[in-house]
Amino acid sequence: MKMEQFNDRNVADNGYFLVDIEDYPTDGWGKFKRVVKRTFRAELFVGLWVVLREMIKFDIHTVQYPEEKLPIGPRYRAVHEMKRLWESDAERCIGCGLCEKICISDCIRMDTKIDENSRKEVTEYTINLGRCIFCGYCAEVCPELAITHGGEYEQASEQREHFVDYAYMLTPLDKMKAGTQMEFEGFGAITPHEDERVKKTPLAY
Amino acid sequence: MDTAYLIETIIKVVVILLIFSALAGIGTYFERKVLAFMQRRLGPMYVGPYGLLQVAADGIKLFTKEDIIPTNVVGPIFKIAPVITAATAFMAAAAIPFFPQFTVFGYTVHPIVADLNIGILYILGVMAVGLYGPLLGGMASANKFSLLSAARTAAVFISYEVVSGLAILAPIMMVGSLSLIDFNNYQAGGISDWIVWSQPVAFVLFWIAAFAETGRTPFHLIANDHEIIDGFGTEYSGMRWGLFFIGEYANMFFISFVIPLIFLGGYGDGSMLGALGLIAKVAFFFFFFLWTRAAWPDVRPDQLMWLCWKVLMPLAVINVVITGFVMMF
Ligand code: SF4
Ligand code: SF4
Repeated sequence: MKMEQFNDRNVADNGYFLVDIEDYPTDGWGKFKRVVKRTFRAELFVGLWVVLREMIKFDIHTVQYPEEKLPIGPRYRAVHEMKRLWESDAERCIGCGLCEKICISDCIRMDTKIDENSRKEVTEYTINLGRCIFCGYCAEVCPELAITHGGEYEQASEQREHFVDYAYMLTPLDKMKAGTQMEFEGFGAITPHEDERVKKTPLAY
Repeated sequence: MDTAYLIETIIKVVVILLIFSALAGIGTYFERKVLAFMQRRLGPMYVGPYGLLQVAADGIKLFTKEDIIPTNVVGPIFKIAPVITAATAFMAAAAIPFFPQFTVFGYTVHPIVADLNIGILYILGVMAVGLYGPLLGGMASANKFSLLSAARTAAVFISYEVVSGLAILAPIMMVGSLSLIDFNNYQAGGISDWIVWSQPVAFVLFWIAAFAETGRTPFHLIANDHEIIDGFGTEYSGMRWGLFFIGEYANMFFISFVIPLIFLGGYGDGSMLGALGLIAKVAFFFFFFLWTRAAWPDVRPDQLMWLCWKVLMPLAVINVVITGFVMMF
């Protein structure tokens, strides 16, 4: 399934047109003429034919949900994911705390420490999905593109904690090795062709 | 009245009851599937292969649900109303010949419970009594949507009855009998003998009235879900609601039998082919009920009354008069 038809917001070129509606008759003779016209133009049979045609064509649009799923857009904001660096498979999060700070429902909780290489390391990171409103601010603010939204919209579980701990959100290492980590394309992500648009910072003004 | 006749009648009654209760259930399955296909959906798919057991699942649900009688309803009337709808639907079946007569083990079976000499009047009358179910149930429910629905029932009631009665008068004049078997024998000569060729207007009028009678889609205003919740059925639950349901679908099947019997030659000369032909005709009329539901919008109550009193009834009267003149000269 292509996403273009959903992303194309330019409705003007999509075959939309104003329906030509006649004025309603006001006098009795006009009403009578309308009834006769409608009766003998057999408008009802047009409707019958349309539905019968659809039945014969058998062009079924049902998505049998648990077995089949519709693709969701890359900007969809579902349960969060934590990405890893492509180069080293290390966690991208630098523990800056911006996401914790910006979260408007105050549902991100994190703890950091200085590790043996004198780098900041995240020790605790949880998102309380019971409070999260999936606004996407955390993904937008993250300087490292570490926290993003994934496409997992099925959130039925026995424990809401099932979704929220760091280990769950972090891209698994084997997925990293297989090179199948998906880059987030939503709000705050790098736009395509960013490389060409980047300008060198002049060293001297 | 000898014992053999009594036993035969009882067996026939039980068979008709069982077959048409089951058909009412399967009818809902077909309705869902046909509507779904016409709307590019799949319909029930999960219970059983292709959702075939959905009927059983619904049946179990209806039978095991709690029977709730709300506090402010008029108890006895509230309780009896669904029974009226279901019972009259099946009572009407008594005068319908479902099949040509056939012989098993040297015993001739007439697949009609009672060949009344006023068969058509009886069927129309008893089917019309079925509308007392929605009327009484709606008025006894202490619910404004039910009350609206009861008022609409009364409106439908006084509108379509005239049309169906007058429409059928012309064929009755031609056949000179009120028994459906006589109607069938009148048309037994083949397709060219069908009454629909000599009475096309009566056929269309009666067909339209049948939609009002069964409360199917262009005239589905008695229990119009999107306007008045479920109308008279709003306060009903469990099997009482199920009885309304069975009554409605049984009515659809019976009226689908009556239309071909009166206008389209019924089972013809009584051969096996004729019997299969009748079943095919019934299937078409039942399918048409579902078809219109997918295709057509509902009319308002005032539009229905306008249609019945100002358009269909004059047409029916003119039809009767013309038939009379043609028969006289
Ligand atoms: S999506 Fe919004 S509410 Fe949820 S964790 Fe991120 S910033 Fe907080
Ligand atoms: S904003 Fe990004 S890098 Fe900073 S703590 Fe949050 S997830 Fe880590």
